[in-house]
Amino acid sequence: MKANVWTGRNHLEIQDVPDPRILNARDAIVRVTSTAICGSDLHLVDGYIPTVKKGDVLGHEFMGEVVEVGPGVRNLRAGDRVVVPFPIACGACFACEAELYSLCENSNPNAGMAEKLMGHSPAGIFGYSHMLGGFPGGQAEYVRVPFADVGPIKIEDDLPDEKVLFLSDIFPTGFMGAEMCDIKPGQTIAIWGAGPVGQFAAASAFLLGADRVIVIDRFSYRLRRVQRTGAEVLNYEEVNVLDALRDMTGGRGPDACIDAVGMEAHHPTPVMYAYDRTKQAARLETERPYVLREAIMACRNGGVVSVIGVYGGFVDKFPMGTVMNRSLTIRTGQCHVQRYTGPLLDRIRAGEIDPSFVISHRMPLSEAPRAFELFKNKQDECNKVVLTP
Amino acid sequence: MTDRFARALGWTSLVLGTAQVAAPRAVTRLCGVDDAPGATTVARLVGGRELLHAALLLGTKNPAQWAWTRVAGDTMDLGILGRAAANRTGTRRARALAALGAVAGIAALDAACARRGTAKAKGPLQVRACITINKPREEVYRFWRDLENLPSFMIHLDSVRTLDQRRSHWKAKGPVVKLEWEAEIIDERAGDLIAWRSVPGTGISTAGLVSFTDGPGGRGTVVDVSLEYGAPGRKLAAAVARMFGEHPEQQVRDDLRRFKQVMETGEVVRSEGSPEGHRALRQLRQRPAQPIGGRA
Ligand SMILES: NC(=O)c1ccc[n+]([C@@H]2O[C@H](COP(=O)([O-])OP(=O)(O)OC[C@H]3O[C@@H](n4cnc5c(N)ncnc54)[C@H](O)[C@@H]3O)[C@@H](O)[C@H]2O)c1
Ligand SMILES: [Zn+2]
Ligand SMILES: [Zn+2]
Repeated sequence: MKANVWTGRNHLEIQDVPDPRILNARDAIVRVTSTAICGSDLHLVDGYIPTVKKGDVLGHEFMGEVVEVGPGVRNLRAGDRVVVPFPIACGACFACEAELYSLCENSNPNAGMAEKLMGHSPAGIFGYSHMLGGFPGGQAEYVRVPFADVGPIKIEDDLPDEKVLFLSDIFPTGFMGAEMCDIKPGQTIAIWGAGPVGQFAAASAFLLGADRVIVIDRFSYRLRRVQRTGAEVLNYEEVNVLDALRDMTGGRGPDACIDAVGMEAHHPTPVMYAYDRTKQAARLETERPYVLREAIMACRNGGVVSVIGVYGGFVDKFPMGTVMNRSLTIRTGQCHVQRYTGPLLDRIRAGEIDPSFVISHRMPLSEAPRAFELFKNKQDECNKVVLTP
Repeated sequence: MTDRFARALGWTSLVLGTAQVAAPRAVTRLCGVDDAPGATTVARLVGGRELLHAALLLGTKNPAQWAWTRVAGDTMDLGILGRAAANRTGTRRARALAALGAVAGIAALDAACARRGTAKAKGPLQVRACITINKPREEVYRFWRDLENLPSFMIHLDSVRTLDQRRSHWKAKGPVVKLEWEAEIIDERAGDLIAWRSVPGTGISTAGLVSFTDGPGGRGTVVDVSLEYGAPGRKLAAAVARMFGEHPEQQVRDDLRRFKQVMETGEVVRSEGSPEGHRALRQLRQRPAQPIGGRA
């Protein structure tokens, strides 16, 4: 079959690889009908997540048709249409029972590796490094889906792929980012990053009752897109973000701040950017944490900083004094997607939201490497690419 | 105890070394050798050596065996001071003799510590690991008590055959050698613990204890495993572990993770990067994360 394969830093290739086969009784094989490129894929492709290996098949946002199930899967059969959550979860461990699916204790066969870097291991994830399991990803014609009786959600009505595909990751992720803010009526939420994740966070913040949402980015085409959710926008290349947020919130700061950018943030001041960029290149720190620092500084006293942007390792100059003295709460995590797929599918069915609003490009899987270029370099007003095998 | 003593010697080395490197002149005066040409250089070199001892004694896992490096250093110092005392008279000679006595005393302590460290390094190898399993204690215990189940999660075991209530025959396979031994259960409390050891003279010397306790707040079962490999089993165990590319402790931890998977999900979880399930060898040398091909 054809698959999008990582062949080295910033190098991708469509290659012929073997078809997947059932390895565990609770596996299913899914023929992919739609798959997408995520901001997290960029961190992997750029080489900032350790233990990605040449030959790895990428992709963790996908849906398709079940073509084969293992003997342990009773709720699915060939022909079923499913969306597959990106974290792999067993459904039976302590974490899964607590609905912390991205922390499943059983789904990462390489847990020992992750433990060395992180203390304890999170769940396995499709196409997301060997430290997180060494599972082939969904930017391919077929995927093996472990614990297929737990994660995949069946789509039984005629909703098109484009409306449900993002249940695999970015809609639940944006939603969880907003949910972690504990939004109360009348509150203002600031969101860094007007990428697809930031856009879903903005839409979700309104769904959860936020009064105002302010989104920060520098690409005007993305800011224009997010304005359609009703959000106000700030271009950080034109204004001082901290000053602007203070002015817009009566001097107090936003009630909660969402980091939807993560480890590869950009900084408008070339000197600051060069400082962390050099340290990152020299592997002295793994992140460029401007957004995290800024979100912490901006947040009102006693507020919440919700971090859904991905970080991989270690951060320098972390303003812990601010967090402590101003009673801030930091909440974060890889999305516990399985917790949200059902309720969010209901919202889609009810017409509360149509997730296809983020799509800017539709391309065949065979053009995945070029699609990555467009998405990474924000060319051609690229916002979100859907690939079809 | 031995370790704490060794660490104390490490601190002594650190203080001495720092003094000699920072203030070599004062040190040479104290030992009565400040008249010799190049004395401060020698003091600095000896100070550097002390810092090396400090690093070994303070920074390693079994520090006591590194005390041998201090013994070697002491011998060298005794030589230097001995010659210095023989060639001198008056206060200088008295100071050199005093220094000689002090070093001799320290050397005795160092040697004692080093001997204990070596004994420890040759003693039985002990490893311990624990995990929490989201299943009732009785069920977890019962699965383990049927020793023939062990190879389903202990990846280096080929088979275990029970001979009677107490005795069992174990086969392990490494890439090179095959090991077989007989084990007997020496203590057992249903639902609580199982202790076993290899029958003397059957190829390997090992003993183990696994205990099962209720997790706090009704949260499953805590499984706690301690293993001991005596000489010659110790060498063998380490060799077997190495053949699989693992540290013995890592091996036990991975075994327990697989045990948890079997209990909670029904089988060992496999990914294409390590299709055999957890195994450090694979963790280090993963296949690419792409389908492995062929039919099941
Ligand atoms: N927690 C999760 O489960 C989860 C799931 C999916 C994605 N993510 C993460 O969410 C983040 C965003 O994903 P995406 O797909 O939207 O990526 P994206 O690359 O399309 O969007 C990131 C946006 O951040 C903007 N940005 C960069 N520096 C900034 C700064 N200093 N201030 C404000 N904005 C800045 C960029 O211009 C870009 O528009 C990534 O880190 C991704 O890994 C997390
Ligand atoms: Zn993603
Ligand atoms: Zn689980």
